[in-house]
Amino acid sequence: MLSNKFWRLFAVSILWSISYLAQAEWIFNMTPGVTEISRSVYDLHMIILIICIVIAVIVFGVMFYAMLKHRKSQGAVAENFHENTMVEIIWTIIPFIILIGMAIPATKTLAEIYSKEPSDVTVEIVGYQWKWRYRYLDDDPEKEVSFFSNMSTDQKEIDNQSPKSEFYLLEVDEPLVLPTNTRVRFLITANDVIHSWWVPDLAVKKDAIPGIINEAWTKIDIEGLYRGQCAELCGQAHGFMPIVVDARSPENFQQWLADKQQASMAEASLSDKTWTQAELMAKGETVYQTFCAACHQINGEGIQGAFPGLKGSKIALGPVENHLDMVIDGVTGTAMQAFGAQLSDTDIAAVITYERNAWGNDTGDMVTPQNVIEFKTGQ
Amino acid sequence: MNKTKRSHRSIVVKSVIIVFAMLAFVFVGLVPMYNLICSWTGVTGRTGGPYDVSANQVTDSTRTIQVQFLANNNDGMTWEFYPEIRSIDVHPGELQTVIFKAVNNTNRTMSAQAVPSVSPFQATNYFHKTECFCFQQQQLTAGEAVDMGLRFMIDPDLPRDIDTLTLSYTLFNVTQVAATGENYGQ
Amino acid sequence: MTTAIQGHESHGPAKGLTRWLYTTNHKDIGTLYLWFSLAMFFLGGIFALVIRAELFQPGLQLVQPEFFNQMTTMHGLIMVFGAVMPAFVGLANWMLPIMVGAPDMALPRMNNLSFWILPFAFAMLTSTLFMDGGAPNFGWTFYAPLSTTYAPPSVTFFIFSVHIMGASSIMGAINIIATIFNMRAPGMTWLKLPLFVWTWLITSFLLIAVMPVLAGVVTMMLMDIHFGASFFNAAGGGSPVLFQHVFWFFGHPEVYIMILPAFGIVSAIIPTFSRKKLFGYVSMVYATGSIAFLSFIVWAHHMFTVGIPLAGELFFMYSTMLIAVPTGVKVFNWVATMFRGSITFETPMLFSIAFVVLFTIGGFSGLMLAVAPADFQYHDTYFVVAHFHYVLVPGAVFSIMAAVYYWLPKWTGNMYDEKLGKFHFWLSFIGVNVTFFPQHFIGLAGMPRRIPDYALQFADMNMVSSLGAFLFGASQLVFLWVVIKTIRGGEKAPNKPWEGAEGLEWTLPSPTPYHTFSTPPKID
Repeated sequence: MLSNKFWRLFAVSILWSISYLAQAEWIFNMTPGVTEISRSVYDLHMIILIICIVIAVIVFGVMFYAMLKHRKSQGAVAENFHENTMVEIIWTIIPFIILIGMAIPATKTLAEIYSKEPSDVTVEIVGYQWKWRYRYLDDDPEKEVSFFSNMSTDQKEIDNQSPKSEFYLLEVDEPLVLPTNTRVRFLITANDVIHSWWVPDLAVKKDAIPGIINEAWTKIDIEGLYRGQCAELCGQAHGFMPIVVDARSPENFQQWLADKQQASMAEASLSDKTWTQAELMAKGETVYQTFCAACHQINGEGIQGAFPGLKGSKIALGPVENHLDMVIDGVTGTAMQAFGAQLSDTDIAAVITYERNAWGNDTGDMVTPQNVIEFKTGQ
Repeated sequence: MNKTKRSHRSIVVKSVIIVFAMLAFVFVGLVPMYNLICSWTGVTGRTGGPYDVSANQVTDSTRTIQVQFLANNNDGMTWEFYPEIRSIDVHPGELQTVIFKAVNNTNRTMSAQAVPSVSPFQATNYFHKTECFCFQQQQLTAGEAVDMGLRFMIDPDLPRDIDTLTLSYTLFNVTQVAATGENYGQ
Repeated sequence: MTTAIQGHESHGPAKGLTRWLYTTNHKDIGTLYLWFSLAMFFLGGIFALVIRAELFQPGLQLVQPEFFNQMTTMHGLIMVFGAVMPAFVGLANWMLPIMVGAPDMALPRMNNLSFWILPFAFAMLTSTLFMDGGAPNFGWTFYAPLSTTYAPPSVTFFIFSVHIMGASSIMGAINIIATIFNMRAPGMTWLKLPLFVWTWLITSFLLIAVMPVLAGVVTMMLMDIHFGASFFNAAGGGSPVLFQHVFWFFGHPEVYIMILPAFGIVSAIIPTFSRKKLFGYVSMVYATGSIAFLSFIVWAHHMFTVGIPLAGELFFMYSTMLIAVPTGVKVFNWVATMFRGSITFETPMLFSIAFVVLFTIGGFSGLMLAVAPADFQYHDTYFVVAHFHYVLVPGAVFSIMAAVYYWLPKWTGNMYDEKLGKFHFWLSFIGVNVTFFPQHFIGLAGMPRRIPDYALQFADMNMVSSLGAFLFGASQLVFLWVVIKTIRGGEKAPNKPWEGAEGLEWTLPSPTPYHTFSTPPKID
């Protein structure tokens, strides 16, 4: 038999490893998160993990013992036994009982997740290729706040042309702001293919399926920023459509919502303002980087065989009408979406102006928000 | 040798039957089972067809249900599409009419198909529509705007633990199908 | 077992290249399948190395995201359908007739067809990389509508290719069932069959039951894409969720198809090198049957986040957890076989022991995944990737390598180089764990699957994983070298190179004659 000292050392290292893993930083283990559900899920995960480790230690322990002690080179002579019905029954029943022991807390946690209770805030979440849209439902649709949330990591960082920021790939231009200590209901669907909305700190993951509405809920305990990602392969930029939840106190949340409502009314009036070419170019460049550069590239050259270049292209240098049509209505059956439904008139005007003048295109054309409105209504 | 040849045939035939039976099972078993279970339980929220309200339908004024409406375009659909109101409180058994607005803001005639989905799914089979723009494809010419009606009633047998439900419509572009019979979206 | 009586061999194999084109000999066809699967293993492995090279560091260095998706898709398809499945079929072809005392498979000409359509199917599938729009890029699980409305034009060739692979598997399965039922030598009763025969018999039933389901689902895709159907399109009354149900109804039995033969192999090798009979033979047969049966009622555990109601989630959670029971029984039986045996550690035994340990680790992560509420945090992350790579690589693939080392002396007449074999084993063992163990951590920490770039906190573990992948990949060149070297020569192998081995194959000369058991052996 192995010495007592060995067994003590062995047991200590196992226990140490388990406790280390349990408290380990985010890089090794699931996060306990910031909701009652997420903590419940974490606890369940740890219980099952530990049971598995214990069983593994026992089973592999027996096996390693045999490998050590029952070696031919050590003079071991094989015994003759090759069946034992009682033993088979025992090691069928015991695992079965252990499984029941696991299934009980699992059922309890699942039932909690599926519980139905009234919610104070409802947010509609729509997955797009490759961004999310959030809408805070309100009895008066006019007062609703609705916006797209795009990854805000610079393409240059992805292309290794500039250093990566702390929250590389996990930052967005418009986070989903939510109130703490409030039950929030999510209504989740998708615009095109299946996506999946996942925030680990909330332990919420629900598929976004075109044509079907899915429901989920959360109640966040602690203010803060929580980051997640799309969790269902949805095309080329599946890895580039993150989620950021900004949890604030209910009062801060209400204030933010009110401010947002004001801002969207102001944004609507942006199309009335008089723009200069330089202003449109500047805004257009930002819009381009957020919505267009992933496919058409920062240098406007596209990707041979996959995405057309805009530098020197027929569309960018040709009639403005065709350019407006391309951006607003997209091209069915391709990755070129109908951005008319996603961008404001001002953003469309700006990005088209930018595309017609950047990279040496230099048409000198300026497309205003008013031009965009006229095109849309004249269609 | 003959004996072996004959018995191979028996196994081969049985195996081939199983193969084709499983293939057929996909189409006449799995697909209908999926549709049946979905319509039975209401999972995925696909509401049913036109509903006949009986003449002596009773309204349950002791319960109020909040019905929320969502409207989204699918990829390739650019119409303006939104409900006139975001939500309405109704009594089970009471017929209500709600308007959805649609504007074809393009320069060509297009056809659309609205696909409903209800959440929570347990409410699906208690949501009865007597008239709905989702029952058939809607065609609008360039620039045309229309008010589309939804006339519905919540069944008084709606499980008591539900007092809010959401009806979401996704509007799909089915122009190519309507016009040429070709496949969707391509 | 008494000494087998050889029939009179009137001729050896035909000469020249056409031998391989026209052969109906189960040994030749087994060899063809094995070489084919090795080539596919290297091809699929190259795609994996492209993936791991890109994931070596954060940022996009080598490939565009679009091409990355093609790599992940093709890696999965080729490994599943081109490497693992054909390798098991190759082993079945070589060993099943011998193990039951039959002269060949039941339907030798169909056997030839089953093999030769595979290179055609995979040439077509691989050629999609060079087509406009690129190869399939929607994951090996090809969910609709990403794989229908949004698919590149090559999807049609993908569908055609899958149909052909399916036909090959079905024909192979029918052949195996007929062989085992009808061609056992007199005295070779059911309960005398080696476990490899049992596991392949049960696998064959799974194959004929679920490959048609795969054919059905890709046909529905074809109809949606080209013929105006709407199986998976909500606009026409269909549903993307229907796709997932039908696919996984095939998909889950499929993963058991990929592991059951492995159980059979390990159940042959461990008793041999423990010099002790397999513990609990009957139990092992029943456990295999239970696993196969249960595999039909667990499919939606791949879909826990789709929006299934509570009752459904509970059912699939419970049924999935249940599979741990017969699987555990098998692991205990292997350990009990080793216990109080007389163990030596030749290369096949090393791979088999590693199988038991590492497959079991994969099984534990599988059990964790079965717990639905926890799965909400694991689903579609690298935790899942770690799980299935543990059961497939140090699981299925190690068992295949164990089998090759085990039977290579019988096939070639030469002993393989034991030092090289052990070297291959240790490199692979280290490689596989360095590659896939860290993936548990990054999955738990929140890294999703199928992404070409990742947030900074995942960088260290990804780098480690990529280093492991390159080590593992390079190690397989050692395997290739061992196989080639053994074919060309080496210490002559006796009939029974392994002291503790049992089974009809060890009554035959090494190398096995071209035709064996033309007269059935006498079984006691």
